[in-house]
Amino acid sequence: MHPVRKQRLMIVIFIVVFSSIAVGLMAYALRENINLFYPPSKIASGDVPHNTRIRAGGCVKPGSIQRSDTSLEIHFLITDGIADVKVNFNGILPDLFAEGEAAVINGVVTESGEINASEVLAKHDENYTPPEVAEAMKDKGEHQKTCEGLKYGA
Amino acid sequence: MVLDFVQLAPELGQFALILSLCLSVALFVLPLSGTYLGSTLLMQSARSLAVGFFIFVAFSFCCLVYSFVHDDFSVKYVASNSNSLLPVYYKISAVWGGHEGSLLLWILMLSGWTFAVAIFSKSLPLDMQARVLSILGFVAVGFLLFILLTSNPFDRILPIPPQDGSDLNPLLQDIGLIIHPPVLYMGYVGFSVSFAFAIAALLTGRLDSAWARWSRPWATMAWGFLSVGIALGSWWAYYELGWGGWWFWDPVENASFLPWLIGTALIHSLAVTEKRSLFKSWTILLAIFTFSLSLLGTFLVRSGVLTSVHAFANDPERGVFVLGFLLVVVGASLTLYALRAPVVKGSTGFDWVSRETLLLGNNILLTIIMIMVLLGTLYPLIADALGLGKISVGPPYFNLFFLPLMGLLCLLMAFGPIANWKRTSKKQMLQLLWKPWVISLVIGLAFPFFYRDKYEILAALAVFISSWIFIALIADIVHRLRNAENILVGLKKLSLSYYAMIVAHAGIAVTVTGIGLTSIYTEQRDIRMEVGQHVEVIDYEFVLEKLEHIDGPNYQAEQAVIKVMQDGKFLREMKPQKRRYLASGNTMTEVALDVGLFRDLYVAMGEPLTDTAWAMRVHLKPFVRWIWLGALMMAFGAVLAVADKRYRKAIKVEQQSGIATSGVLANE
Repeated sequence: MHPVRKQRLMIVIFIVVFSSIAVGLMAYALRENINLFYPPSKIASGDVPHNTRIRAGGCVKPGSIQRSDTSLEIHFLITDGIADVKVNFNGILPDLFAEGEAAVINGVVTESGEINASEVLAKHDENYTPPEVAEAMKDKGEHQKTCEGLKYGA
Repeated sequence: MVLDFVQLAPELGQFALILSLCLSVALFVLPLSGTYLGSTLLMQSARSLAVGFFIFVAFSFCCLVYSFVHDDFSVKYVASNSNSLLPVYYKISAVWGGHEGSLLLWILMLSGWTFAVAIFSKSLPLDMQARVLSILGFVAVGFLLFILLTSNPFDRILPIPPQDGSDLNPLLQDIGLIIHPPVLYMGYVGFSVSFAFAIAALLTGRLDSAWARWSRPWATMAWGFLSVGIALGSWWAYYELGWGGWWFWDPVENASFLPWLIGTALIHSLAVTEKRSLFKSWTILLAIFTFSLSLLGTFLVRSGVLTSVHAFANDPERGVFVLGFLLVVVGASLTLYALRAPVVKGSTGFDWVSRETLLLGNNILLTIIMIMVLLGTLYPLIADALGLGKISVGPPYFNLFFLPLMGLLCLLMAFGPIANWKRTSKKQMLQLLWKPWVISLVIGLAFPFFYRDKYEILAALAVFISSWIFIALIADIVHRLRNAENILVGLKKLSLSYYAMIVAHAGIAVTVTGIGLTSIYTEQRDIRMEVGQHVEVIDYEFVLEKLEHIDGPNYQAEQAVIKVMQDGKFLREMKPQKRRYLASGNTMTEVALDVGLFRDLYVAMGEPLTDTAWAMRVHLKPFVRWIWLGALMMAFGAVLAVADKRYRKAIKVEQQSGIATSGVLANE
């Protein structure tokens, strides 16, 4: 084979091999690191795998927030109007986190069906709600009303 | 009269925008048809049309600024993004605080670059000039249609305008927002010039060293702007969002990072095309991709299809328009590429151990990194479209890939400058590089011992990689000076573009150090703090002295006064705030920083727990400034590269040949 052509072939083979390794690794990494989104009712009914990272979204149930007096530990319930799930978190909540408002939780579902949150997201500002939060709230039409009903009921 | 202009400004602005659309249509059509008809007149019209396009867009932009400064709340965009209480500099920066205005800024930048090409392209052959400006005109048509049809910033609220505006988002009331978007857009849009050059090359089939030399400074400059723009964004997020992070792998951050990655590949590939007339079709492809990714970035930011900390109010319909335009651009240019690329193929070969191979490796690695970031960014969209459920891809995915690949890239980077074009002897490389390798290994391994009590192997790795890049650069300089009679004379002889490379690569080393050490050694305490309580972080002690209430111009704030002691001695007071903006009711965290070259102290207020206790973030962030310092060095490198005298020399030579060419054309 012509040396230039041979070199070109080598480069092509190198690129193909290297990128297939990369794509394989990528697919693997994606599988390990994607977080599926679940509403509280799914979590309460036990449809959600334990000890894997998930996202959950719902309305923060009014009156359910319990704070510790000595640390940043906090417990609250999120609801989609069908079921409530308890969330445990240790850290600083976003500015617009509040009772009766929508929130998204990144975390792990424990054996007892609670969520150990590693991150809590809330409405971004007065004008903007992250799509997941909005989605969680309006998914079955009733949820938004649930959240609003709860808010004004409280 | 003044009053009249206040009232008329939006209409004049809109009128100017429509005129600039007409001009850009002309700019797209006339010169390009001129190149096919061989009409010098039509081709020569390109420069004046480009200048006209710029003037009208600039005028239109000024009209919008004018409406903002004069609080014309009958303009819908002004009403929803400004407020009469806003200080005047924020009123001006509020122009690009929302969708419509930032789009206008985008177009202003595009017209600015087009104008610059028109001015500095006098040395280019006339037909090349006409084609490049015409392609830029095409891009302008797309975006002007976009702004006029879907997001007109001059829309009115009539007959009853609101009394006052609903205020600029407080997150954006900051020096960071004043400069971050313009600089970032300069970078984004700047790649449209390399894109135009690439398409022009495909149209003519002329893709030689001269072409690379013309298009290289533009790509380099755009890349420099983009580097600073990204760094500014990261810096802004760091102190403004109040989470203490400087990079979140957020879709919108990724959107700006994707063109940077491919743009980096592009400027390296252009070097090979200029010096060795190789990688030609590859360079073209990279130029097309870089610009397409800039468009994709615009689409992601503007459409709000992805969850993002940057997503403010969005409108999916607008996203569809950008997506459509993106498809037209990518589709048309790739078709053209498929048809014409075989014509511009290169032919000379190179040895395996050579600078070409290393730069090829650079390109492949950067492309793979880009693809992996792209996939991670778009995966939630793809999964949603395929019905796989609502998914988010978190930082672990990106870090898992990005860090090893980038590490590999940095390890290889040190070889590049030392290797010769075409062929390098392995022995020479070994001879030059074994010392830097050993020295940086020692520095890397020793660093964690002296820095902190606990030995961090990853910190050793990060320090090793950055000192490897740095010391190998020094070894290269020393090697180049071996025959000089004295150091000063030798240093003077080295070209400006060589210094540019040194500064930019050293910038990478600085950024790598910053990223590595900040990620590993950051001390974070998210804690409950009572008045009078002490918190210790390494050598520092933070005492919450008191909480007070502050009234600002357009906000009210709770302020914590925190005394910081270092090794038992008073260092300074820090005053973080939690603000509530009156007009919009938005809450904002105002971070208190103590900035240093080797560490930042970072205090942010979380939420009130009781009357005397707040949740607080107290962070110690070592070397965090290095991340942005490195980016500034890269951009400075870009400036040096563009200032290299061979571009000016080339202009002189080509001016003559350009005259010759146009003479020939005139004769036709």
